Amino acid sequence: MELKSNIPDGPLEQKWDKHRFDMKLVNPANKRKYKVIVVGSGLAGAAAAASMAELGYEVECFCYQDSPRRAHSIAAQGGINAAKNYRNDGDSIRRLFYDTIKGGDFRAREANVYRLAQVSVNIIDQCVAQGVPFAREYGGLLDNRSFGGAQVSRTFYAKGQTGQQLLIGAYQALERQIGLGKVKMHTRHEMQELIVVDGKARGIVTRDMVTGEIESHMADAVCLGTGGYGNAFYLATYAKGCNGTAIWRAYKKGAAFGNPCYTQIHPTCIPVTGDHQSKLTLMSESLRNDGRVWVPKKAEDCGKKPSEIKEEDRDYYLERKYPSFGNLAPRDISSRAAKQVCDAGLGVGPGGRGVYLDFQDAINRLGASTVAAKYGNLFEMYERITDDNPYKTPMRIYPAVHYTMGGLWVDYNLMSTIPGLFVLGEANFSDHGANRLGASALMQGLADGYFVIPYTIGNYLAGHKPDKMNADQPEAKAAAAAVQDRIGKLLAVNGKSTPTDFHRELGKVMWEHCGMARNEKGLEKALELIPEIKERFWKDVKVGGSGDELNQSLELAGRVADFIELGELMCMDALQRRESCGGHFREEWQEDGEAKRDDENFAHVAAWEYKGEGQKPVRHTEQLSFENVHLATRSYK
Amino acid sequence: MEKHLNLTLQVWRQKNAQDPGGFKNYEAKGISTEMSFLEMLDVVNEGIIKKGEAPITFDHDCREGICGACGMVINGRPHGLRERTTACQLHMRSFNDGDVITLEPWRASAFPVLRDLLVDRSSFDRIIAAGGFISAPTGSAQDANCLPIPKDNADRAMDAAACIGCGACVAACPNASAMLFVGAKVSHLGLLPQGQPERTSRALDMVAQMDAEGFGTCTNHGECEASCPKGISLDNIAMLNRDYLKASLTYRPEVESGGF
Amino acid sequence: MKREASFLNSSIGMKVIMAITGIMLVGFVVGHMAGNLQIYLPAHDGVRPLDDYAVFLRTMLHGGGIWIARGGLIVATALHVWAAVRLTKMNRDARPVAYHAPVYKASTLASRTMRVSGAILAIFVVFHILHFTVGKFTPFEEGKVYQNVVTGFQVPWVSGFYILAMLCLASHLRHGIWSLMQTLGFNHPRYNDLRLKLATAITALVVLVNISFPLAVLFGYVKLS
Repeated sequence: MELKSNIPDGPLEQKWDKHRFDMKLVNPANKRKYKVIVVGSGLAGAAAAASMAELGYEVECFCYQDSPRRAHSIAAQGGINAAKNYRNDGDSIRRLFYDTIKGGDFRAREANVYRLAQVSVNIIDQCVAQGVPFAREYGGLLDNRSFGGAQVSRTFYAKGQTGQQLLIGAYQALERQIGLGKVKMHTRHEMQELIVVDGKARGIVTRDMVTGEIESHMADAVCLGTGGYGNAFYLATYAKGCNGTAIWRAYKKGAAFGNPCYTQIHPTCIPVTGDHQSKLTLMSESLRNDGRVWVPKKAEDCGKKPSEIKEEDRDYYLERKYPSFGNLAPRDISSRAAKQVCDAGLGVGPGGRGVYLDFQDAINRLGASTVAAKYGNLFEMYERITDDNPYKTPMRIYPAVHYTMGGLWVDYNLMSTIPGLFVLGEANFSDHGANRLGASALMQGLADGYFVIPYTIGNYLAGHKPDKMNADQPEAKAAAAAVQDRIGKLLAVNGKSTPTDFHRELGKVMWEHCGMARNEKGLEKALELIPEIKERFWKDVKVGGSGDELNQSLELAGRVADFIELGELMCMDALQRRESCGGHFREEWQEDGEAKRDDENFAHVAAWEYKGEGQKPVRHTEQLSFENVHLATRSYK
Repeated sequence: MEKHLNLTLQVWRQKNAQDPGGFKNYEAKGISTEMSFLEMLDVVNEGIIKKGEAPITFDHDCREGICGACGMVINGRPHGLRERTTACQLHMRSFNDGDVITLEPWRASAFPVLRDLLVDRSSFDRIIAAGGFISAPTGSAQDANCLPIPKDNADRAMDAAACIGCGACVAACPNASAMLFVGAKVSHLGLLPQGQPERTSRALDMVAQMDAEGFGTCTNHGECEASCPKGISLDNIAMLNRDYLKASLTYRPEVESGGF
Repeated sequence: MKREASFLNSSIGMKVIMAITGIMLVGFVVGHMAGNLQIYLPAHDGVRPLDDYAVFLRTMLHGGGIWIARGGLIVATALHVWAAVRLTKMNRDARPVAYHAPVYKASTLASRTMRVSGAILAIFVVFHILHFTVGKFTPFEEGKVYQNVVTGFQVPWVSGFYILAMLCLASHLRHGIWSLMQTLGFNHPRYNDLRLKLATAITALVVLVNISFPLAVLFGYVKLS
C-alpha cells in the first residue's frame, strides 16, 4: 500500500492557493451528471452535502438519526476557533496553525493544519451569513473568548450551544438543497457496507432502519462524515448512536486506518455513578476559566464533605504542577493529572474516581450573579444530573472519552486509499495529530465540509467519467448479500447476553488498558481479551426480534460487533507506538510524569491496512516532515 | 442519597404504523435514583431482550438534552413533569417507590408512530426545507463583522434558535399545533439582518407547509411553552403571526414578465 | 406553487378571521352593555331613557342604522362560527388518538372550553333575541323595553339563565381578548402584562355590569314604578 499524501509543493502559506489553481475543474454543465453520496449529516457531512449540491452535483445524503439536525456535532458546547484576530491580541493564521500543531504534539501534517487555519476565517463569515447567532458585544460586533488553554481570544461561541447553532446553520443549508430537489436525504438509514468497483468507491449498502430493507446506492464518489469511534469505550461523551461501522466497513474494503490509538480524554465530565450508567456527560471546558481543580491532600479526608476540608489541606494540583497554565492546561495533561491523583487514592465521590472543580473563589471574586451569567446553564445541567448545587458545593468531575483523533487515513485532498472515497471531519485522521485543542473540532468539520471537499472532489471527478452505474453490478450485489448474511448471523446466534452486555465488557477492557495511560503489558492483555470477547459475542449474543422491522437491538449488535474489532486495532496501534504523545500516553515513556515523545522513531502516521479475516493487519507509515515549526517539547509548566 | 425504587410501567406498545397498538405493563425493580429515565428503560429492556421479547423502542441519541431525539409522554406530560427537561435529563429521583408510570408516544397525525414510543418527525424537516433558512451559498459570505447586530437582537435570535426540534410543543398542544416550532425559526432568522430578504417568503412557505403536514392550529393555550425543554417563548408565535399577516398583505405574486 | 394557498385557507388566516370578528363582537358587547346601563337612569317626564334609547336605535338613519348594525353582527357572528368550526376540525384531525390521561400546566379551563362556552353563548344569543326582540317566554309589550326587561328578569329561571350565560361570556371573553391580541401579533414584553390586564378589565366590566341587571331586578332595586 502506498501512502501518497499529495501535499502540494511550494511555501507553506501558498500550498492551498496553488493547489486550488492546479486542481482540475468540472464544467458547470457537467456537474449534475455526477452523483456523490455523503454519509453522515453532522458538521462535516451536512456542510459537504449542501456545498456540493450548491455547486450542482447530484447529492444523496444518509444519516442514522430521524433528522440530519440531530448529529452529535450538536452537543459541542464551547466554541469554534478562527484566526480572525478581532481582539487585536496577536492572533494570526500562523499562530493558530502553530498552536494546533503543537497542541497535537507534532503528529499532524503541517500543510493540512495550515490550510485549516487559513479557512477558519471563512467559516465564521459563512456561518454568520447563514444566521448563526454568535455571541456579540454591545456594539453589535462578534464576541470572542479564550478557550482550551489558548493564549489569545479566538474562540467564537453561541452561549454554551455553539455546536448546536453551527449544525443548525449547516442543516438549514442542507434542508434548503433538499427542498430544491438537489439533495436526496435518507434519514434512518445506516451504512452497512462500501461498494468498490474496479478499485474505486462507487456506492454503499444501507439498511432502512424502519423497514429493515437492505438497499444499494450507487454514485461516482462517496464521502464519509460519520464521526469518531469513541463509543468503543462504551462510556463516552458520544451520543448513544455514534458508531464506527461506516469507517470500519471502508477499512475492511481497503481504506487505511490512520492512528487508531489517538483518543482524547476530556478532563471535565460528570463522574460515573454506577453500572447502570449509559453515557457520560461533558461539562464545558470553559468552566476551567473560573473553576479551580483540587483534591484533598490526605487520603483520610476524601470521605469528608468538601466544606469540611480546610484550605491548607487541599491540593490544587494543576496550579501546583503547571503554574503558567494552571487550571487551563490542555485536555490530555489535565486528564492525566486527574487520573494520577485518583490513582494515588486521593479521588473523591463514588469509587474515588472524581476531583473537585470549585467555584467558590470565583463566586467570592465576581459575585454569584456574574458566575451565574457565565455558567448558569451549565450549573443547572450539573444539578439536574447530580442533584448537587455547584454554587454551594464544588462540582465533581472526572475525565471521559470525548473524541478520536484517529480515523481513516486521507491525503491532502481528503481522499482515502480507496480512490473516490473521501473522509471528512472526525472520521478522518487528519488535522489534530495526537491531541485536539478545544474549539478545533467544529473548525475542522466545517473546514472539510464547506471549504475543502467542494474543491477536491471536483479534482477527482474531473478525471472520472460519469456512467450512472446501477446496483446490478456484481460487486454491489455481493456487498448487499454480505450485509444480509451478517444480519442473518447476528439474529441466528440467539445466545444469552445482550449486545449491551458485550459493549460494556469491551468498554471496560478498553478503558482499563487503552485509556488515559497505556503500557505494554496492559495492551498485550487487552489483545488477548478482545479476541476472546469477539468469539463469545458470535456464540452468545442475543438480539431478539427480526431483521425486517425497526429493531434497535439489532442495530446495536451490528455496531458492537464492529467496535470489538476496532478496539483490537486501537490496542495494536497503541502497542506499536512506543512513545508518548498527546492523548496517547505510554507509561514506559515519560519524564517527571510528562509525556515523552520519540521524534526520531515515531514522527509518522501509522496507517493500518486490512489483510483479511484472521490475518494480522499491516502497519504502514507516512513520515511527517516539519519544515516550518521546531519540534519542541510540549511544556505547559 | 441513592435509593432503589420498584415501579410499574404502563407502556404503549405498537409494532408498526399499521398496528393499532395498546398498553402493556412492565415491572421495573430495584431502580437506582441515580439513573436517568432512559437508563431505567435500558434496564427494563435488557430484561425484555433476555426473555426473548422485543424491547421497548424509543428514540434517543445524545442523552444530554441537546439533540432532540428523545421524547415520550411520561404521565401525561411530554418529557415528564419536570420543567425545562428532556426525557434523557429526567432522573429517577423525581419518582417515588411504587409509582405507576404511563408512557405514550407523541400523539399527532403529523407525527405518525413508527413503533412503540418512536414517531416520525420528518414533517419538521420539511417545514424547514420549505423556508427555514437563509440562502447563503458557501463561499458567498462577506466578512463576519461587516454587519453589526444589536446584542439584544442577537441574544433573542439565540433564544429562539435554541429549539431542539424534539416536538414536545406539538405533543403538549391540545390541538397538536406546530406554531411554536415554526415561530421559533421565523423569529430566529427574522431577528437578524441576514434574514430580512427572505422574511416574507419564509413566513408564507413555512406556514403553508405546516398546514399541509396536518398540524393543528394555535388557540393560545400556552402548553407548548410550558412543555418546551428549552423554554422557547410564546412571543415567537406572536412574531410568526405578525410576519405571516404582513407577508400575506404585501407579497407580490410571481408573474411571467413585466410586473412591478 | 404552495404560496397560492390563500390566506383564508391557512390556519393563521382563519385565526385572523376569528380575531377580527372577535374584536367586532367584543365592541358590540361593550356597546350593548353601555347602552343598557340606561336602565339605571330615572324616568324623565314619564319616559324611561332606556325606551328612548331604543327608539333612537330603531330610527337612526331613517331606520337603516339598526339593520346595518344587525347585518354587521350577523356577518361577524357567522364568520366567527364558520372559522371556529373549520379550526376545530383541523385540530381534531391533528390528534386522532387521544392521550391516556393528559396533564395540563399552562392552559386554563377557559382556554380549553372555548368551544363549549361559545356554543352556550350562541344558544343564549338566540334565546335573548327571542326573549327581548321577538317577545317570547315572558310578558312582552312592543316598545316598552324597560318594562319588558323588568318583568322578564323577575322570573328567577330567566335571570338565572342570563347569569349563567354571562359567566360563559366571562370565560370566553377573557381568553378571547388575550388570544386575539396574540393572533394579531400584539406582543411585546413591556406590554404583555398590560395585555392580560386589559382582557381581564374589559371582561370584568362587561360581565359584572350585565349581571347587575337581573340581580337589580331580582332584589327590587330596579322595578316597575
